[in-house]
Amino acid sequence: MTAPATAKIRVLIAKPGLDGHDRGAKVVARALRDGGCEVIYTGIRQTPEMIAEAALQEDVDVVGLSILSGAHLELFPRVVSELKKRGVDDVLLFCGGIIPEEDTRQLEALGFKAIFRPGTNTQDIVKFVYEHVSR
Amino acid sequence: MVELVQRFLEGDRRALSRIISRVENQTSEGREYLRALFPHSGRAHTIGVTGGAGCGKSTLAGGLAAEYRRRGKTVGIVAVDPSSPFTQGAILGDRIRMQELTLDPGVYVRSMASRGALGGLAPTIDDVVAVMDAFGFDYVIIETVGAGQDEVEIAGTALTTILVNNPGTGDDIQALKAGIIEIADILVVNKADHPGADVLVSQLQAVLSLSPAGTRRPPILKTTATKGEGLAPLADAIADHRQQLESSGELERQRAIDARHQVLSIARAILLEKIERAMPEADLDSLVRRVASRELDPHTAAEDLVRAASE
Repeated sequence: MTAPATAKIRVLIAKPGLDGHDRGAKVVARALRDGGCEVIYTGIRQTPEMIAEAALQEDVDVVGLSILSGAHLELFPRVVSELKKRGVDDVLLFCGGIIPEEDTRQLEALGFKAIFRPGTNTQDIVKFVYEHVSR
Repeated sequence: MVELVQRFLEGDRRALSRIISRVENQTSEGREYLRALFPHSGRAHTIGVTGGAGCGKSTLAGGLAAEYRRRGKTVGIVAVDPSSPFTQGAILGDRIRMQELTLDPGVYVRSMASRGALGGLAPTIDDVVAVMDAFGFDYVIIETVGAGQDEVEIAGTALTTILVNNPGTGDDIQALKAGIIEIADILVVNKADHPGADVLVSQLQAVLSLSPAGTRRPPILKTTATKGEGLAPLADAIADHRQQLESSGELERQRAIDARHQVLSIARAILLEKIERAMPEADLDSLVRRVASRELDPHTAAEDLVRAASE
Protein backbone atom coordinates (compact mmCIF):
# COMPACT_ATOMS: atom_id res chain seq x y z
CA MET A 1 0.00 0.00 0.00
CA THR A 2 1.55 3.26 -1.04
CA ALA A 3 -0.08 5.25 1.67
CA PRO A 4 -0.71 8.94 1.22
CA ALA A 5 1.59 11.22 3.13
CA THR A 6 -0.38 11.73 6.31
CA ALA A 7 2.50 13.25 8.23
CA LYS A 8 1.51 16.20 10.34
CA ILE A 9 3.73 18.77 11.96
CA ARG A 10 3.86 17.96 15.66
CA VAL A 11 4.36 20.85 18.05
CA LEU A 12 4.92 20.85 21.80
CA ILE A 13 3.64 23.96 23.56
CA ALA A 14 4.96 24.17 27.10
CA LYS A 15 5.17 26.60 29.96
CA PRO A 16 8.32 26.32 32.02
CA GLY A 17 8.52 27.75 35.51
CA LEU A 18 6.01 28.89 38.04
CA ASP A 19 3.83 31.50 36.36
CA GLY A 20 0.34 30.20 35.84
CA HIS A 21 -0.77 32.46 33.03
CA ASP A 22 -1.47 30.14 30.15
CA ARG A 23 -3.86 32.17 28.05
CA GLY A 24 -1.14 33.02 25.53
CA ALA A 25 0.02 29.41 25.30
CA LYS A 26 -3.55 28.25 24.69
CA VAL A 27 -4.15 30.88 22.01
CA VAL A 28 -1.01 29.79 20.18
CA ALA A 29 -1.91 26.10 20.56
CA ARG A 30 -5.34 26.79 19.14
CA ALA A 31 -3.95 28.80 16.20
CA LEU A 32 -1.55 25.98 15.32
CA ARG A 33 -4.37 23.45 15.59
CA ASP A 34 -6.40 25.53 13.16
CA GLY A 35 -3.31 25.67 10.98
CA GLY A 36 -3.37 21.89 10.72
CA CYS A 37 -0.69 20.98 13.26
CA GLU A 38 -0.93 18.33 15.95
CA VAL A 39 -0.27 20.28 19.11
CA ILE A 40 0.73 18.59 22.34
CA TYR A 41 -0.13 20.90 25.18
CA THR A 42 1.41 19.97 28.51
CA GLY A 43 0.04 22.72 30.71
CA ILE A 44 1.62 24.99 33.28
CA ARG A 45 4.50 24.60 35.74
CA GLN A 46 6.75 22.37 33.70
CA THR A 47 10.36 21.79 34.66
CA PRO A 48 12.98 21.85 31.88
CA GLU A 49 13.40 18.09 32.34
CA MET A 50 9.68 17.46 31.88
CA ILE A 51 9.55 19.58 28.73
CA ALA A 52 12.55 17.84 27.17
CA GLU A 53 11.24 14.40 28.07
CA ALA A 54 7.81 15.18 26.59
CA ALA A 55 9.49 16.43 23.40
CA LEU A 56 11.40 13.16 23.17
CA GLN A 57 8.42 10.89 23.84
CA GLU A 58 6.16 12.77 21.44
CA ASP A 59 8.84 13.06 18.71
CA VAL A 60 7.84 16.63 17.98
CA ASP A 61 9.19 18.77 15.16
CA VAL A 62 8.75 22.02 17.06
CA VAL A 63 8.96 23.17 20.69
CA GLY A 64 7.32 26.47 21.62
CA LEU A 65 7.91 27.88 25.11
CA SER A 66 5.68 30.47 26.71
CA ILE A 67 6.83 32.50 29.66
CA LEU A 68 5.65 35.61 31.46
CA SER A 69 7.57 35.40 34.70
CA GLY A 70 10.83 36.94 33.50
CA ALA A 71 12.80 33.78 34.24
CA HIS A 72 13.46 32.93 30.60
CA LEU A 73 17.22 33.44 30.76
CA GLU A 74 17.23 31.14 33.74
CA LEU A 75 14.94 28.43 32.37
CA PHE A 76 15.38 28.39 28.59
CA PRO A 77 19.07 27.42 28.62
CA ARG A 78 18.16 24.53 30.90
CA VAL A 79 15.42 23.38 28.51
CA VAL A 80 17.91 23.49 25.64
CA SER A 81 20.53 21.55 27.56
CA GLU A 82 17.98 18.92 28.69
CA LEU A 83 16.93 18.49 25.06
CA LYS A 84 20.56 18.05 23.98
CA LYS A 85 21.16 15.60 26.81
CA ARG A 86 18.42 13.41 25.33
CA GLY A 87 19.73 13.71 21.78
CA VAL A 88 16.79 15.88 20.73
CA ASP A 89 18.91 18.28 18.72
CA ASP A 90 16.86 18.78 15.57
CA VAL A 91 13.68 20.47 16.80
CA LEU A 92 12.65 23.96 15.78
CA LEU A 93 12.61 26.20 18.86
CA PHE A 94 10.53 29.32 19.34
CA CYS A 95 9.32 31.24 22.35
CA GLY A 96 6.86 33.88 23.33
CA GLY A 97 5.66 36.01 26.20
CA ILE A 98 7.13 38.94 28.10
CA ILE A 99 10.68 38.89 26.80
CA PRO A 100 12.69 42.15 26.68
CA GLU A 101 14.31 43.13 23.39
CA GLU A 102 17.76 43.16 24.95
CA ASP A 103 17.53 39.41 25.58
CA THR A 104 16.93 38.61 21.92
CA ARG A 105 20.54 37.90 20.97
CA GLN A 106 21.10 35.63 23.91
CA LEU A 107 18.03 33.59 23.04
CA GLU A 108 18.99 33.43 19.37
CA ALA A 109 22.38 32.14 20.39
CA LEU A 110 20.63 29.38 22.33
CA GLY A 111 18.90 28.30 19.13
CA PHE A 112 15.53 30.06 19.33
CA LYS A 113 14.51 30.88 15.77
CA ALA A 114 11.77 33.34 16.72
CA ILE A 115 10.44 35.30 19.68
CA PHE A 116 6.76 36.22 19.58
CA ARG A 117 5.82 39.06 21.89
CA PRO A 118 2.39 40.40 22.91
CA GLY A 119 0.49 41.73 19.91
CA THR A 120 1.81 39.09 17.51
CA ASN A 121 -0.67 37.96 14.86
CA THR A 122 -1.15 34.24 15.47
CA GLN A 123 -1.10 33.66 11.71
CA ASP A 124 2.53 34.79 11.72
CA ILE A 125 3.33 31.99 14.17
CA VAL A 126 1.60 29.41 11.97
CA LYS A 127 3.43 30.75 8.93
CA PHE A 128 6.73 30.65 10.79
CA VAL A 129 6.22 26.98 11.71
CA TYR A 130 5.34 25.93 8.16
CA GLU A 131 8.26 27.86 6.70
CA HIS A 132 10.77 26.22 9.00
CA VAL A 133 9.57 22.64 9.10
CA SER A 134 9.94 20.64 5.92
CA ARG A 135 7.12 18.26 5.14
CA MET B 1 17.15 1.38 9.52
CA VAL B 2 19.10 -1.50 11.06
CA GLU B 3 20.76 0.91 13.44
CA LEU B 4 17.47 2.38 14.68
CA VAL B 5 16.00 -1.09 15.18
CA GLN B 6 19.13 -2.07 17.08
CA ARG B 7 18.81 0.95 19.35
CA PHE B 8 15.10 0.20 19.80
CA LEU B 9 15.82 -3.36 20.88
CA GLU B 10 18.40 -2.06 23.33
CA GLY B 11 15.72 0.07 24.97
CA ASP B 12 16.52 3.50 23.49
CA ARG B 13 13.39 5.61 23.96
CA ARG B 14 14.31 8.07 21.24
CA ALA B 15 14.47 5.19 18.78
CA LEU B 16 11.01 4.13 20.01
CA SER B 17 9.68 7.66 19.42
CA ARG B 18 11.16 7.90 15.94
CA ILE B 19 9.82 4.52 14.89
CA ILE B 20 6.32 5.30 16.18
CA SER B 21 6.26 8.48 14.04
CA ARG B 22 7.23 6.57 10.92
CA VAL B 23 4.63 3.91 11.59
CA GLU B 24 1.98 6.52 12.38
CA ASN B 25 2.76 8.39 9.16
CA GLN B 26 2.32 5.17 7.18
CA THR B 27 5.52 5.61 5.24
CA SER B 28 7.01 2.63 3.43
CA GLU B 29 9.90 2.90 5.87
CA GLY B 30 7.40 2.69 8.72
CA ARG B 31 6.08 -0.55 7.34
CA GLU B 32 9.61 -1.97 7.22
CA TYR B 33 10.06 -1.13 10.90
CA LEU B 34 6.79 -2.78 11.75
CA ARG B 35 7.80 -5.90 9.83
CA ALA B 36 11.05 -6.06 11.80
CA LEU B 37 9.47 -5.44 15.19
CA PHE B 38 6.14 -7.25 14.98
CA PRO B 39 7.64 -10.65 15.91
CA HIS B 40 8.78 -9.05 19.19
CA SER B 41 5.24 -8.03 20.14
CA GLY B 42 2.51 -10.04 21.82
CA ARG B 43 3.99 -10.09 25.30
CA ALA B 44 2.39 -7.01 26.87
CA HIS B 45 -1.07 -7.06 28.39
CA THR B 46 -3.06 -4.39 26.54
CA ILE B 47 -5.69 -2.37 28.39
CA GLY B 48 -8.22 -0.09 26.72
CA VAL B 49 -9.69 2.83 28.64
CA THR B 50 -12.80 4.32 27.10
CA GLY B 51 -15.72 6.51 28.12
CA GLY B 52 -17.19 9.94 27.51
CA ALA B 53 -15.28 13.19 27.18
CA GLY B 54 -14.20 14.43 30.59
CA CYS B 55 -15.06 11.22 32.43
CA GLY B 56 -11.50 10.90 33.72
CA LYS B 57 -9.89 8.50 31.23
CA SER B 58 -6.50 10.23 31.21
CA THR B 59 -6.35 10.63 34.97
CA LEU B 60 -7.39 7.01 35.40
CA ALA B 61 -4.84 5.78 32.83
CA GLY B 62 -2.14 7.80 34.61
CA GLY B 63 -3.22 6.52 38.02
CA LEU B 64 -3.28 2.94 36.79
CA ALA B 65 0.21 3.34 35.34
CA ALA B 66 1.40 4.70 38.71
CA GLU B 67 -0.14 1.65 40.41
CA TYR B 68 1.75 -0.67 38.03
CA ARG B 69 4.97 1.20 38.78
CA ARG B 70 4.40 0.55 42.49
CA ARG B 71 4.17 -3.12 41.50
CA GLY B 72 7.48 -2.88 39.66
CA LYS B 73 5.99 -3.07 36.16
CA THR B 74 6.67 -0.86 33.13
CA VAL B 75 3.94 0.87 31.18
CA GLY B 76 3.45 2.40 27.76
CA ILE B 77 0.46 4.69 27.26
CA VAL B 78 -1.08 5.70 23.92
CA ALA B 79 -3.63 8.47 24.31
CA VAL B 80 -5.82 9.41 21.35
CA ASP B 81 -7.50 12.79 20.95
CA PRO B 82 -9.63 13.91 17.99
CA SER B 83 -8.33 15.52 14.80
CA SER B 84 -10.27 18.42 13.33
CA PRO B 85 -12.47 17.28 10.45
CA PHE B 86 -11.78 20.63 8.78
CA THR B 87 -8.08 21.37 9.26
CA GLN B 88 -6.82 17.92 10.38
CA GLY B 89 -5.10 19.74 13.23
CA ALA B 90 -5.47 18.55 16.81
CA ILE B 91 -4.89 19.50 20.41
CA LEU B 92 -3.42 16.54 22.24
CA GLY B 93 -3.91 17.30 25.92
CA ASP B 94 -3.97 13.98 27.70
CA ARG B 95 -0.41 14.30 29.04
CA ILE B 96 -1.57 17.12 31.33
CA ARG B 97 -3.27 14.51 33.50
CA MET B 98 -0.18 12.34 33.70
CA GLN B 99 2.46 14.90 34.71
CA GLU B 100 4.02 12.98 37.56
CA LEU B 101 4.85 10.09 35.22
CA THR B 102 6.81 12.23 32.75
CA LEU B 103 10.23 11.64 34.28
CA ASP B 104 9.66 8.02 35.26
CA PRO B 105 11.99 5.87 33.12
CA GLY B 106 9.50 2.99 33.39
CA VAL B 107 6.69 4.92 31.70
CA TYR B 108 6.36 6.19 28.14
CA VAL B 109 3.42 8.34 27.05
CA ARG B 110 2.57 8.99 23.44
CA SER B 111 -0.27 11.21 22.21
CA MET B 112 -1.96 10.39 18.92
CA ALA B 113 -4.48 12.28 16.84
CA SER B 114 -7.41 10.30 15.45
CA ARG B 115 -6.53 11.43 11.88
CA GLY B 116 -9.98 10.81 10.51
CA ALA B 117 -10.54 7.34 11.95
CA LEU B 118 -13.99 6.56 13.30
CA GLY B 119 -14.61 4.50 16.39
CA GLY B 120 -12.53 6.40 18.93
CA LEU B 121 -9.04 5.37 17.83
CA ALA B 122 -6.48 6.29 15.15
CA PRO B 123 -5.88 4.56 11.78
CA THR B 124 -2.55 3.11 12.90
CA ILE B 125 -3.40 2.37 16.53
CA ASP B 126 -2.81 -1.38 16.28
CA ASP B 127 0.58 -0.81 14.68
CA VAL B 128 1.64 1.71 17.32
CA VAL B 129 0.47 -0.59 20.12
CA ALA B 130 2.46 -3.44 18.54
CA VAL B 131 5.57 -1.25 18.46
CA MET B 132 5.16 -0.30 22.13
CA ASP B 133 4.51 -3.92 22.99
CA ALA B 134 7.68 -4.94 21.12
CA PHE B 135 9.65 -2.37 23.10
CA GLY B 136 9.02 -4.55 26.13
CA PHE B 137 6.51 -2.71 28.32
CA ASP B 138 4.65 -5.04 30.65
CA TYR B 139 1.43 -3.13 30.04
CA VAL B 140 0.25 -0.97 27.18
CA ILE B 141 -2.69 1.27 28.08
CA ILE B 142 -4.73 2.66 25.18
CA GLU B 143 -6.90 5.65 25.92
CA THR B 144 -9.61 6.37 23.35
CA VAL B 145 -11.06 9.62 22.16
CA GLY B 146 -13.99 10.65 24.35
CA ALA B 147 -16.48 7.98 23.31
CA GLY B 148 -20.24 7.93 23.43
CA GLN B 149 -22.42 4.96 22.84
CA ASP B 150 -21.13 3.28 19.73
CA GLU B 151 -17.33 3.45 19.67
CA VAL B 152 -16.51 -0.21 20.13
CA GLU B 153 -13.25 -0.48 18.14
CA ILE B 154 -11.17 -0.50 21.31
CA ALA B 155 -12.34 -4.04 22.13
CA GLY B 156 -10.47 -5.28 19.05
CA THR B 157 -7.27 -3.50 20.06
CA ALA B 158 -7.06 -4.18 23.79
CA LEU B 159 -7.30 -7.48 25.66
CA THR B 160 -9.03 -5.86 28.63
CA THR B 161 -11.46 -3.01 27.98
CA ILE B 162 -12.41 -0.66 30.80
CA LEU B 163 -15.49 1.51 30.36
CA VAL B 164 -15.43 4.61 32.55
CA ASN B 165 -18.76 6.02 33.75
CA ASN B 166 -19.57 9.01 35.96
CA PRO B 167 -22.41 9.60 38.37
CA GLY B 168 -25.06 12.07 37.29
CA THR B 169 -24.83 11.48 33.55
CA GLY B 170 -28.09 9.74 32.75
CA ASP B 171 -30.55 7.25 34.08
CA ASP B 172 -30.47 3.47 33.98
CA ILE B 173 -31.96 3.38 30.48
CA GLN B 174 -28.55 4.52 29.21
CA ALA B 175 -26.96 1.45 30.72
CA LEU B 176 -29.65 -0.75 29.19
CA LYS B 177 -28.83 0.30 25.63
CA ALA B 178 -26.77 -1.72 23.20
CA GLY B 179 -23.29 -0.64 22.14
CA ILE B 180 -20.28 0.35 24.12
CA ILE B 181 -21.41 -1.14 27.43
CA GLU B 182 -21.44 -4.59 25.83
CA ILE B 183 -17.71 -4.54 25.14
CA ALA B 184 -16.65 -3.64 28.69
CA ASP B 185 -14.64 -6.25 30.57
CA ILE B 186 -14.57 -3.99 33.61
CA LEU B 187 -16.96 -1.14 34.45
CA VAL B 188 -15.53 1.75 36.41
CA VAL B 189 -17.56 4.40 38.17
CA ASN B 190 -15.05 7.24 38.33
CA LYS B 191 -15.50 10.46 40.31
CA ALA B 192 -16.96 8.22 42.99
CA ASP B 193 -16.68 11.08 45.47
CA HIS B 194 -19.48 12.84 43.58
CA PRO B 195 -23.10 12.39 44.64
CA GLY B 196 -24.93 9.54 42.96
CA ALA B 197 -21.99 7.14 42.62
CA ASP B 198 -23.66 4.38 44.62
CA VAL B 199 -26.90 4.86 42.70
CA LEU B 200 -25.02 4.45 39.43
CA VAL B 201 -23.30 1.31 40.71
CA SER B 202 -26.64 -0.26 41.61
CA GLN B 203 -28.17 0.80 38.29
CA LEU B 204 -25.30 -0.84 36.44
CA GLN B 205 -25.64 -3.94 38.62
CA ALA B 206 -29.35 -4.10 37.89
CA VAL B 207 -28.75 -3.90 34.16
CA LEU B 208 -25.99 -6.50 34.24
CA SER B 209 -28.25 -8.86 36.19
CA LEU B 210 -30.41 -9.04 33.07
CA SER B 211 -27.54 -10.56 31.06
CA PRO B 212 -28.27 -14.05 29.75
CA ALA B 213 -27.21 -16.86 32.07
CA GLY B 214 -23.66 -18.04 31.52
CA THR B 215 -22.34 -14.75 30.16
CA ARG B 216 -19.55 -13.08 32.04
CA ARG B 217 -20.69 -10.11 34.10
CA PRO B 218 -18.04 -7.44 34.23
CA PRO B 219 -17.08 -6.31 37.73
CA ILE B 220 -18.07 -2.77 38.71
CA LEU B 221 -15.46 -0.75 40.56
CA LYS B 222 -15.53 2.69 42.10
CA THR B 223 -12.54 4.99 41.62
CA THR B 224 -11.63 8.56 42.40
CA ALA B 225 -8.69 8.82 40.05
CA THR B 226 -7.76 12.38 41.05
CA LYS B 227 -7.13 11.12 44.61
CA GLY B 228 -5.63 7.81 43.55
CA GLU B 229 -8.49 5.89 45.15
CA GLY B 230 -9.62 2.52 43.86
CA LEU B 231 -6.65 1.99 41.56
CA ALA B 232 -5.17 -1.05 43.33
CA PRO B 233 -8.50 -2.94 43.14
CA LEU B 234 -8.71 -1.94 39.47
CA ALA B 235 -5.25 -3.36 38.76
CA ASP B 236 -6.33 -6.53 40.59
CA ALA B 237 -9.51 -6.77 38.50
CA ILE B 238 -7.42 -6.45 35.32
CA ALA B 239 -5.15 -9.24 36.54
CA ASP B 240 -8.23 -11.39 37.26
CA HIS B 241 -9.52 -10.76 33.77
CA ARG B 242 -6.20 -11.72 32.22
CA GLN B 243 -6.22 -14.88 34.33
CA GLN B 244 -9.71 -15.77 33.10
CA LEU B 245 -8.70 -15.13 29.50
CA GLU B 246 -5.78 -17.50 29.87
CA SER B 247 -7.51 -20.28 31.78
CA SER B 248 -10.59 -20.34 29.55
CA GLY B 249 -8.64 -20.36 26.28
CA GLU B 250 -10.35 -17.10 25.43
CA LEU B 251 -6.98 -15.34 25.08
CA GLU B 252 -6.00 -17.34 22.01
CA ARG B 253 -9.48 -17.02 20.57
CA GLN B 254 -9.53 -13.27 21.07
CA ARG B 255 -6.06 -12.86 19.55
CA ALA B 256 -7.22 -14.79 16.48
CA ILE B 257 -10.35 -12.65 16.14
CA ASP B 258 -8.32 -9.46 16.52
CA ALA B 259 -5.76 -10.62 13.94
CA ARG B 260 -8.49 -11.49 11.46
CA HIS B 261 -10.15 -8.13 12.01
CA GLN B 262 -6.85 -6.34 11.54
CA VAL B 263 -5.87 -8.18 8.36
CA LEU B 264 -9.31 -7.65 6.84
CA SER B 265 -9.40 -3.98 7.68
CA ILE B 266 -5.94 -3.39 6.17
CA ALA B 267 -6.96 -5.32 3.06
CA ARG B 268 -10.11 -3.23 2.88
CA ALA B 269 -8.04 -0.05 3.06
CA ILE B 270 -5.78 -1.27 0.25
CA LEU B 271 -8.79 -2.06 -1.94
CA LEU B 272 -10.43 1.23 -1.09
CA GLU B 273 -7.36 3.06 -2.22
CA LYS B 274 -7.29 1.08 -5.45
CA ILE B 275 -10.91 1.94 -6.07
CA GLU B 276 -10.33 5.60 -5.37
CA ARG B 277 -7.54 5.63 -7.94
CA ALA B 278 -9.22 3.30 -10.44
CA MET B 279 -10.47 5.98 -12.80
CA PRO B 280 -9.02 9.25 -13.99
CA GLU B 281 -10.81 12.08 -12.19
CA ALA B 282 -12.62 13.13 -15.40
CA ASP B 283 -14.03 9.63 -15.96
CA LEU B 284 -15.17 9.33 -12.37
CA ASP B 285 -16.74 12.73 -12.64
CA SER B 286 -18.76 11.84 -15.72
CA LEU B 287 -19.79 8.54 -14.12
CA VAL B 288 -21.17 10.21 -11.00
CA ARG B 289 -22.86 12.88 -13.09
CA ARG B 290 -24.83 10.17 -14.84
CA VAL B 291 -25.95 8.97 -11.41
CA ALA B 292 -26.83 12.50 -10.32
CA SER B 293 -28.96 12.96 -13.43
CA ARG B 294 -30.71 9.62 -12.78
CA GLU B 295 -29.40 8.18 -16.03
CA LEU B 296 -27.58 5.44 -14.14
CA ASP B 297 -28.29 3.87 -10.76
CA PRO B 298 -25.54 4.07 -8.08
CA HIS B 299 -25.08 0.29 -7.82
CA THR B 300 -24.31 -0.13 -11.51
CA ALA B 301 -21.94 2.83 -11.36
CA ALA B 302 -20.16 1.33 -8.35
CA GLU B 303 -19.78 -1.98 -10.19
CA ASP B 304 -18.23 -0.14 -13.13
CA LEU B 305 -15.80 1.50 -10.77
CA VAL B 306 -14.82 -1.77 -9.10
CA ARG B 307 -14.36 -3.35 -12.52
CA ALA B 308 -12.02 -0.55 -13.48
CA ALA B 309 -10.08 -1.08 -10.25
CA SER B 310 -9.53 -4.78 -10.82
CA GLU B 311 -8.37 -4.34 -14.43
